[in-house]
Amino acid sequence: MTDLNTLTLADARDALRRGDTTSKDLTEACLRAIDGAGALNAFVHHTPEIALERAAEADKRIAAGDAPDMCGLPIGIKDLFCTEGVPSQAASRILEGFLPQYESTITAQLKSAGAVMLGKLNMDEFAMGSSNETSVYGNAVNPWRRSGEDTQLTPGGSSGGSASAVAADLCLAATGTDTGGSIRQPAAFTGIVGIKPTYGRCSRWGVVAFASSLDQAGPMTKTVRDSAIMLGAMCGHDPRDSTSANLPVPDFEAALTGDIRGKKIGIPREYRMDGMPADIEKLWDDGAAMLRDAGAEIVDITLPHTKYALPAYYVIAPAEASSNLARYDGVRFGHRARLDHGDGITEMYEKTRAEGFGAEVQRRVMVGTYVLSAGFYDAYYNRARKVRTLIKKDFEDVFAQGVDAILTPATPSAAFGLGEMSDADPVQMYLNDVFTVTVNMAGLPGIAVPTGLDKQGLPLGLQLIGRPWEEADLLSSAYALEQAAGFVAKPGKWW
Amino acid sequence: MSIDQSTAARVAKLARIKVEEDALPALAAEFNTILGFIEQLNEVDVDGVEPMTSVTPQRLTRRKDVVTDGGQQPKVLANASDAREGFFAVPKVVE
Repeated sequence: MTDLNTLTLADARDALRRGDTTSKDLTEACLRAIDGAGALNAFVHHTPEIALERAAEADKRIAAGDAPDMCGLPIGIKDLFCTEGVPSQAASRILEGFLPQYESTITAQLKSAGAVMLGKLNMDEFAMGSSNETSVYGNAVNPWRRSGEDTQLTPGGSSGGSASAVAADLCLAATGTDTGGSIRQPAAFTGIVGIKPTYGRCSRWGVVAFASSLDQAGPMTKTVRDSAIMLGAMCGHDPRDSTSANLPVPDFEAALTGDIRGKKIGIPREYRMDGMPADIEKLWDDGAAMLRDAGAEIVDITLPHTKYALPAYYVIAPAEASSNLARYDGVRFGHRARLDHGDGITEMYEKTRAEGFGAEVQRRVMVGTYVLSAGFYDAYYNRARKVRTLIKKDFEDVFAQGVDAILTPATPSAAFGLGEMSDADPVQMYLNDVFTVTVNMAGLPGIAVPTGLDKQGLPLGLQLIGRPWEEADLLSSAYALEQAAGFVAKPGKWW
Repeated sequence: MSIDQSTAARVAKLARIKVEEDALPALAAEFNTILGFIEQLNEVDVDGVEPMTSVTPQRLTRRKDVVTDGGQQPKVLANASDAREGFFAVPKVVE
């Protein structure tokens, strides 16, 4: 039998139900893989005792015939999710030592479905970053390398630990969160699947907030089928999140027909950017051809405000972050600076936040403070919210023309080297999210699917964007793309 | 719009983040790069466009204005760096 940690969720589930393996064996295989993968720095808080305890419970449930799909399946949890009694520090120094007294809705749902938590995964601090390099734990590392090189590459960000862990078979799947591309970009950089559902599909309760009007959690998995399975366990209405949608959760896996005959797939002309690498352009054209061959109708569409999504995002996301991160003041939880004699409460706040937040987080909190400050609120924040209305309308117009899904590249390049962007100005790093951020601005579901390798042997992904609440249909289209692309490459083990 | 060092210092103060004097020039330069990028938004005609308040067409759900939770003082204080006698303790606020 293949190594158990390399199984997909679907295969592991089926093996458990047939009695071919146990959750204990699956979990131990993952724990061994994690122990041998310190060089990837993906898992940053290890919870083997919790994992083995949950595996034992899951084996009992499976034996009793009471096993939901996720029962007994070992997964990793992004450090952004609050997990009771387990460090949850959003990869920030300011939450050092923080032990949540409660469990986020999503991890509680996964737990009650019987999923086995292996530990917490590395990420960019407060999910602000595209390379996992802003983490207090140090960066996670991509298990992929350029052929013939040993340059360490970024797994992307912010869900870089999740991506690295799934791609390296340290866990069967992982949770991620996506505010501007933080599930889809790392998924594309590591050759795995990641879906950001419609805003409101997954509860944000207990997930450390970055930009509340954009944040959505979702699964990061080895296959589209696995994303369908895990998304079903993660979403659903939660009265504790006032933006959680009170809608029934479809059976996403049952909807995976892969039959896209007659579907209209839009190709947005604004996504064809100047200087786009030839590999990416070819990948995109090939993807469109695959969907056409599978029976879809490919149509050219226009999303005229695409260019303004990223600048509008860099007003709205920092504005919301500056408000959300005001809670880190050294009083109720986390780090408090050592004070000098005579320091008052203002000095306590200022020193605590200077010590606790890293450079990128400080930068965004201050930009957010600036765009919300008196005299600039209309010029920046309100203008950005108006542009956001226009960005959403672009998509509504296209869907009104009968387009079922939109195909774009997931990222403007393959994974880059760690440290390669350190001399670039912050805006260069922000450009990583140019294809993904529009989807958050419009609240739509988007999925990254690996469909090819570049000349250097690195994975590349395409993104499909769906209509609001139609994740089932989107997953089915993604399934068709996955089948057609037949991407099976895995990184060679060097760690 | 260009941000000078005194504006950078004012923003840091508003954000309650201590920034040393010698770090202000670099900070101001970074702000200017980011704000320069954001300036593109001025090209968009937003006349008559409503600023977005909710990305999905839903009203925030309301509930009755009653106590739904509570009685968890030890849990609430469990992560405080300084909790005394059932309270969060901070440096003296009022003279």
